[in-house]
Amino acid sequence: MELTTLWFVIIAVLWTGYLVLEGFDFGVGMLLPIVGRSADAKERDRNRRLVINTIGPVWDGNEVWLITAGGATFAAFPEWYASLFSGFYLPLLLILLALIVRGVAFEYRGKVSDPGWARWWDRAIVVGSWLPAILWGVAFANLVRGVDLDGQHDYVGGFWALLNPFALLGGLTTLAVFLTHGAVFLGLKSTGVVRERALRLAKPFSVATLVVAGAWAVWAQVAYGTGWTWAAVAVAAVALLGVVGAAWREREGWAFTFSAIAIVAAVVLIFGSMYPDVMPATDPANSLTVTNASSTHYTLVIMTWVAVILTPVVLLYQGWTYWVFRKRLTASSIPDPIGLSLRRSDRPAAPVPAAEGDGIPRP
Amino acid sequence: MPDVLDLARWQFAITTVYHFIFVPLTIGLGPIVAIMQTAWVVTKKDRWLRLTKFFGKLFLINFAIGVVTGIVQEFQFGMTWSAYSRFVGDVFGAPLAMEALAAFFVESTFLGLWIFGWDKLNKKVHLAMIWLVAISTNLSAFFILAANSWMQHPVGVTYNPDTGRAEMNSIGDVLGNSTLWAAFPHTVTASFLTAGTVVTGIAAWWMVRLARTRKTDDLEKAREVYRPAVRLGVLVMVVAGAGVIYSGDVQGQLMFQQQPMKMASAEALCEPAPDGAAFSILSIGNLNNDCASVTRVISIPGATSFLADRSFTAPIKSVPELQAEYEQKFGATDADGNPINYSPNLALTYWSFRLMIGWAAFSLALAVFAYWATRKGRVSDSRWLSRLGLVSLATPFLACSFGWIFTEAGRQPWVVAPNPTGLDDVRLLTERGVSTNVSSGLVLTSMIAFTVVYGVLAVVWYRLMHRYTIEGAPDEVHDDSPEARTPDDADRPLSFAY
Repeated sequence: MELTTLWFVIIAVLWTGYLVLEGFDFGVGMLLPIVGRSADAKERDRNRRLVINTIGPVWDGNEVWLITAGGATFAAFPEWYASLFSGFYLPLLLILLALIVRGVAFEYRGKVSDPGWARWWDRAIVVGSWLPAILWGVAFANLVRGVDLDGQHDYVGGFWALLNPFALLGGLTTLAVFLTHGAVFLGLKSTGVVRERALRLAKPFSVATLVVAGAWAVWAQVAYGTGWTWAAVAVAAVALLGVVGAAWREREGWAFTFSAIAIVAAVVLIFGSMYPDVMPATDPANSLTVTNASSTHYTLVIMTWVAVILTPVVLLYQGWTYWVFRKRLTASSIPDPIGLSLRRSDRPAAPVPAAEGDGIPRP
Repeated sequence: MPDVLDLARWQFAITTVYHFIFVPLTIGLGPIVAIMQTAWVVTKKDRWLRLTKFFGKLFLINFAIGVVTGIVQEFQFGMTWSAYSRFVGDVFGAPLAMEALAAFFVESTFLGLWIFGWDKLNKKVHLAMIWLVAISTNLSAFFILAANSWMQHPVGVTYNPDTGRAEMNSIGDVLGNSTLWAAFPHTVTASFLTAGTVVTGIAAWWMVRLARTRKTDDLEKAREVYRPAVRLGVLVMVVAGAGVIYSGDVQGQLMFQQQPMKMASAEALCEPAPDGAAFSILSIGNLNNDCASVTRVISIPGATSFLADRSFTAPIKSVPELQAEYEQKFGATDADGNPINYSPNLALTYWSFRLMIGWAAFSLALAVFAYWATRKGRVSDSRWLSRLGLVSLATPFLACSFGWIFTEAGRQPWVVAPNPTGLDDVRLLTERGVSTNVSSGLVLTSMIAFTVVYGVLAVVWYRLMHRYTIEGAPDEVHDDSPEARTPDDADRPLSFAY
């Protein structure tokens, strides 16, 4: 295999890792207010914390797959990196802002015990999950469809051209896939009311995903695919059907496996239909291909060694993390909040002198 | 409407300086927390676990913003600097990708294991987690600085006129860049100095505060918990401070060879100095990058020559001499026919260089005072120590910021500075690096959006750091590790949850 093709595959693998892993993070974040609801304020907070803690130890590691995909694109296909990121400026900006507030929200939400404080960070988590869940689909669908590149490979189509019907359906597709993926993940990682609600939602979600994602995949295949990518469409279809079947039988392990397979198949379809282009242009003469977008052979050789040695190691220790935190969470596994009050003077008068922190958790 | 170039530069400056408020504390505090936890595992003394939890909280509050603002950095080159990305991608992308694969994955994954793993991992395994985080944040710095050092001093590349870009021919040269091996120790020791100052400042403030209540319990806590933290912080500051000075000196000497214009500007050297250049203590002039306006008020004769070349009479080229040299080599006008000023903004480089050194001096003062005040087992109740501790909390951050402002602004007008000791055809003016297909309205929008979001987060970050600092170290800590537990509490709550 040509090194340029190998790097095209490696980047597809990195995106697969990102979408499979952060896909359920997004789903969990989007479902936070729905699955974590309760009329009782205290119980609501506990439910929401349970939801957040299903991804607490892993979300940050999951997000690094994105950074790596970005860095690897820069190193292996600088032209692609330059055209893609400058061309999709506004969607990327929104994604970045979403990821910023969402990431900080996970870490900061529990640092202060105050309903208003938690409410703001919950909003950040929800908005920060919905936006990228839609926008990644819009971006990838535009890649498949081809965009308006000039002779310098610069995107000149403007923002509104990115919101074409095919791309919008792509946005709905990632949204539906991630909602389902997140719901079955919650089912897999929790017990009690959160699990019940998540699995109840997974049923209609899986059907909607089958319809929306199925329609998009067939459209993509018919309009932009090549012969062999029918295989990816077929795998995706079987997997999506599998999600429906497993979700309705409440077999969340199988449902999660199937939805992960569906995401893998979708990435294969997306990258397979683009190849040998990395960024097809409306005028094929201006398309960026694995050849004209790539780094030199020397750089690719170096980066291949780095990727071939390190990627399995990353998979190994990330896999270990999931093993360490394999236990399902239940309401009783969530400890009392340890956040501080907003102001130190809010503390009840304690027998200890005011100058000394007592370290006792306060509600 | 300002043009895209100015906006893109402002956006990069804002997001980068902001990102680097959090980074040095993360780089330096990680290892200090790891040392505290190691002390706990080895000595089994509660005080070290209390300090681990206390400073660990501050570490995490800080880490969160460092991480999320780092994502912007990785994407911004493509978004606003696509012409630059095309020119350098073959060599510049490699260290960034290596950073993600070799370092960032490690720190993000193992940080999760450290935060949530107190009751899941054996004590020693859990300890290894924080060490992996600490080591990988420092490894991150290495790769990022490899990329930056290449912009200051491009090596291991050739210019390919067919593709119009820089192409790497030796990764060994890129990672062995002499600029990198001076910038990396300088940045890391500066980060340790920052974290050492924060630990010392906070611990000294607490020690004094408790000592002044004159209550037995408080005195005990000041002696048992905060005094050891002060001593540890001072030790870190002294070692790191010596490293900062030494590595800074090495870096300065290199810069006189590799980026003479940067150093001439930093010294406001507007007159030829064939018999040795003086070090300016105070120079005044206007802000318009105009050599004619510079008046040198106080200077130390020969000192700049000594810093550059270890001789008080070594000739140093002045800004106008270098300008003439550059015009001859690289042309007097750019592609659009505008004259090129090859010197960076004089006032900015001159003052940022001095402010970097000046703000760092506060840490030195705190180290000396805190060491003396806690000598031979003493617990200090000096108000002056506590005040100096508080003031010093901000100063290393300012020093770090001005250091980077100097490094980056001093490289202008280049984004990739030509290498005077190697192939100088790998070079790029900043104005040629900006994206040509992005409108100024779009960049203005993103600049405002980042500034607003970052501003709000800065306020939240400050409030949390402040709140957790005045809460102090916990009085009671539990050993949550699996080996310290009875087997029958399988349904116990997690030791930590968000």
